[in-house]
Amino acid sequence: MSDQTIHIKPYLRLAGLEPLVIRPETNFVNVGERTNVTGSKKFARLIKENKYEEALSVARSQVENGAQIIDVNMDDALLEGVLAMTTFLNLVQSEPDIAKIPIMIDSSKFEIIEAGLKCVQGKCIVNSISMKEGEAKFIEQAHICKAYGAAVIVMAFDEKGQADTKDRKIEICSRAYKILVEQVGFDPQDIIFDPNIFAVATGIEEHNNYAVDFIEATRVIKQQMPLAKVSGGVSNVSFSFRGNDAVREAIHAVFLFHAVKAGMDMGIVNAGQLEVYDEIEPTLRNLCEDVILNRNNDNNEATEALIQYADTVKAKGKVEVKSAAWREGTVEERLAHSLINGITDFIDADTEEARLQYSEPLEVIEGPLMAGMNQVGDLFGSGKMFLPQVVKSARVMKKSVAVLTPFIEAEKERKKLASINPNGISKGPAKILLATVKGDVHDIGKNIVGVVLGCNGYEIIDLGVMVAADKILTEAQKQEVDIIGLSGLITPSLDEMVYIAKEMKRRGMNIPLMIGGATTSRMHTAVKIAPEYQDGVVHVLDASRSVTVAGSLLNKDQKAPFLQELETAYTALKFDFDNKKTIKQSLPYLDALKNKAPIDWNAFQVTTPSFTGNKAIVIDDLTVLVDYIDWKPFFIAWELHGNFPAILTDEKVGEVASKLYEDARTLLNKIVNEKWLTAKGAVGFWPAKAIEDDVILENAGESVALHFLRQQAKKAEGQTNFSLADFICPATENKKDYIGAFAVTIHGIEKHIKAFEENLDDYNKIILQALADRLAEACCR
Amino acid sequence: MSIQENLKKRILIIDGAMGTMIQRHKLTEADYRGTRFANWPSDLKGNNDLLCITQPAIITGIHLQYLEAGADIIETNTFSSTSIAMADYDMQDLAYELNVAAANCVKEAINQYKSKHPNANEKFIAGSIGPLNKTLSLSPDVNNPGFRAVTFDEVVIAYTEQIRGLVDGGVDVILIETIFDTLNAKAAIFAVKEFFRKLGKPELPIMISGTITDASGRTLSGQTLEAFYTSVAHAKPLSVGLNCALGAQEMRSHIEELAQIATCYTSAYPNAGLPNAMGEYDEAPHQTAHFIEEWAKNKFVNIVGGCCGTTPDHIKHMADNVKNITPRSLPILDPTI
Repeated sequence: MSDQTIHIKPYLRLAGLEPLVIRPETNFVNVGERTNVTGSKKFARLIKENKYEEALSVARSQVENGAQIIDVNMDDALLEGVLAMTTFLNLVQSEPDIAKIPIMIDSSKFEIIEAGLKCVQGKCIVNSISMKEGEAKFIEQAHICKAYGAAVIVMAFDEKGQADTKDRKIEICSRAYKILVEQVGFDPQDIIFDPNIFAVATGIEEHNNYAVDFIEATRVIKQQMPLAKVSGGVSNVSFSFRGNDAVREAIHAVFLFHAVKAGMDMGIVNAGQLEVYDEIEPTLRNLCEDVILNRNNDNNEATEALIQYADTVKAKGKVEVKSAAWREGTVEERLAHSLINGITDFIDADTEEARLQYSEPLEVIEGPLMAGMNQVGDLFGSGKMFLPQVVKSARVMKKSVAVLTPFIEAEKERKKLASINPNGISKGPAKILLATVKGDVHDIGKNIVGVVLGCNGYEIIDLGVMVAADKILTEAQKQEVDIIGLSGLITPSLDEMVYIAKEMKRRGMNIPLMIGGATTSRMHTAVKIAPEYQDGVVHVLDASRSVTVAGSLLNKDQKAPFLQELETAYTALKFDFDNKKTIKQSLPYLDALKNKAPIDWNAFQVTTPSFTGNKAIVIDDLTVLVDYIDWKPFFIAWELHGNFPAILTDEKVGEVASKLYEDARTLLNKIVNEKWLTAKGAVGFWPAKAIEDDVILENAGESVALHFLRQQAKKAEGQTNFSLADFICPATENKKDYIGAFAVTIHGIEKHIKAFEENLDDYNKIILQALADRLAEACCR
Repeated sequence: MSIQENLKKRILIIDGAMGTMIQRHKLTEADYRGTRFANWPSDLKGNNDLLCITQPAIITGIHLQYLEAGADIIETNTFSSTSIAMADYDMQDLAYELNVAAANCVKEAINQYKSKHPNANEKFIAGSIGPLNKTLSLSPDVNNPGFRAVTFDEVVIAYTEQIRGLVDGGVDVILIETIFDTLNAKAAIFAVKEFFRKLGKPELPIMISGTITDASGRTLSGQTLEAFYTSVAHAKPLSVGLNCALGAQEMRSHIEELAQIATCYTSAYPNAGLPNAMGEYDEAPHQTAHFIEEWAKNKFVNIVGGCCGTTPDHIKHMADNVKNITPRSLPILDPTI
């Protein structure tokens, strides 16, 4: 516990799936520039050719190369900008490794910016707004950005044009700041200035001081408006050296070195190609310094010198290397890595390699791919993966399955031709019907399961929400689906699921039933649903598990053992549940005591026992007990659950049970006839009175207190919290009541046990023990 | 005294579950329909929001039980009262009316309560805005991860209609709750801001409550808690907090984190534990209250209450346990970096 008040600093805070807080020690923030159709030819081509999937890999490589934000720009005359921005950003949202960082939405058209803002859940940066079309429009656009919760880049641009000198840059930025903070109510830390980076070394003398103007303006802006940030498009500065990446990178590094010192916070750069200032070849570095700082540059001397030097430098560029150690593993490991990390780049080749290694293509799915998805499930279950990542994994799986599908089809075809009696008629991909049950409208989980299963090559028939049992089952039968999946979030849906299971049985269906949703549980499925339907009811913990469950259910070799194993597990769960019940809310003891059994002691007639004190009983001839034996627990001892005598004719265990019963009767006859065992018992009655939960009895002139427990579970209205003491007349009543007790034992088993042990006859030994137990209980009766 | 002034002085109590309480009434399809919708073509059982029109006495009665238990803030029964969510029942045209009716149910309950307890503290109506059954950040289509079942603009339109109903019905605050996709919440915030900006009236205070669904500590749409808070902070909310999906025990570390980063008041209304094997919530009132009390003592929270499975009994225990605890004070916003 701390009484210290929390202080919160006015940092610029951005977010993708994860936060990005820009603190003084954050240093320079890289904004990836490659997802910009105006700056990257490759990206522009991919977007124009509608190859969005590949375009995503451009974004991903920016992130891998250290971009902390990505700039996305779709400004191209040949593109429908709003559509391209929407499509690309929606796709980015399904790529957690990209979506984890914030997005900078970049356009000169505000409608494209707004379209982008409608796609991103995190806190974005708008790039950019300005006063070039006057204050009114600037204010309106700022209001809209604020309503979307975005930070804004304000370009140093006003009605008169773009600012090129230091003074103009400062003037425009100060004016914009005042308007945003005072009129629009913008947080100062959400304002980022772009004081315009223009190309230097163009040969035009007026351009030579552009870098200096930017750097010096930055210094003043940061002094005057310390909460605001400064950003810029860095590549512009070296525009005149395009085609010579080595020199451009050196110029960028030198420029950033000085601009960051002056207070520049972030910049749009090619994150994969950032040269380190100290590692630039010293001659080149000096020449770049002269150009950037406009030193030794009368008559363009510095420019000329750099141009001359540039011709001697081979454009070596930097090869973007991704860490690829995982590529060294086995094909199974690589497939698992791709699945877990959502990487599609190598999945086709790896799948093909696996296909050649395995004897049948289907084995690749059932082996390494399922193993990978199981790992995904484990990671999700333990909180090490989150949902969008799981969905991404499913998509990688889909790609792999797509590679295998033609071979699986061909294999089926081949088998059909080769065999006169084919195993089954090929009817295309397996069909899974999904529905949220009647009375429940929650379907987000169900939809995710649909996506994940769909990615694994299943045909999904989604009936939507609030679907009545009749519709689900009729549709399932009509469409001949292979699995039904039921979903529900609210508690009443559980009962509906039980009803559907019953209906499936009534209709004589035989396809498996999958159960999922927030309130469903393995326990509820085992206790309430599975007993209603014999042909497979499976609780599926989460979407990531649905793939392996469906896979097991649809594989003709795996299905039977899978369901068998499940049935054993569910039976055990049900057994536990029936024995334990759930722990209900409990009452404080005194409240439970108040809720004792209401007995009208006035009307109570005391039955006086024929004797008081103890009596011993010995039974040598056990014949009298045989008819009292309760056989059901005898079979439970052998893990044969069922009612007696129905169990003797049970479809599954009847044969075994009958044999066991026969053997038990044989041994029982022997026990009785040869007087192996003796039953001994004691019975007694004592005068007694109850004081709360204690019963005080009189035994040979001495008071003995028996302490009884009382039920403390919170019960429904009108139900009692019983204690055995409730049934003895309380001391406060003036009546003489009695309590009875008995104890029984079976004697003489030891030597017979020993004999069986010596004969290594465990079977009869256990029968004997179980029978002795039954006889003791029969004796009680 | 305004809600802001109340929050400076004490921890406020928000009510508990509506669904759990409605279930106790064991209503039938016919009860849900009432006379007005007797011949409505689709099933209506389970449309709990509709009860504000067909069984207003039941809803008012539940609100009253929560008031008697000590709740200061009562949520309207409007979690799904948008044209988008109501489309499941073909009732999209009723959205506005449902919101007005729901606000009236709370008003009626507060009036009844006040006539019995004339000296009680102020009570506030929170207009509940749910997350919708369609998400803006996730694709329901297998083959097209870029697909969205609904657009941002459609969501803004639906929420704006709901907000209009709530405001006309007389709510005191707007509560955007159970947020599992932040973009849906951003659409709601956008709708609130633009609604009041266009109306030219001062905004009602906004309360925001997100939902952490995964063991990974993220929202369903994949954001960490801090990313979520950063993405909704522009609402300049009265409070930000967490509800649903988790019980108090599982929620603790998240609410602790939120208390450190939120510049506004914080709220928490967890479920009554996690559902047991039979789908029931069985955490006892004193257990939930015990967790909440510890949070209050540690200054994690300004507003507490219950979500799924909680009852007036839970709320009463919470209210009793926190009533003498000084609330978390707002963090100091440093003027400089």
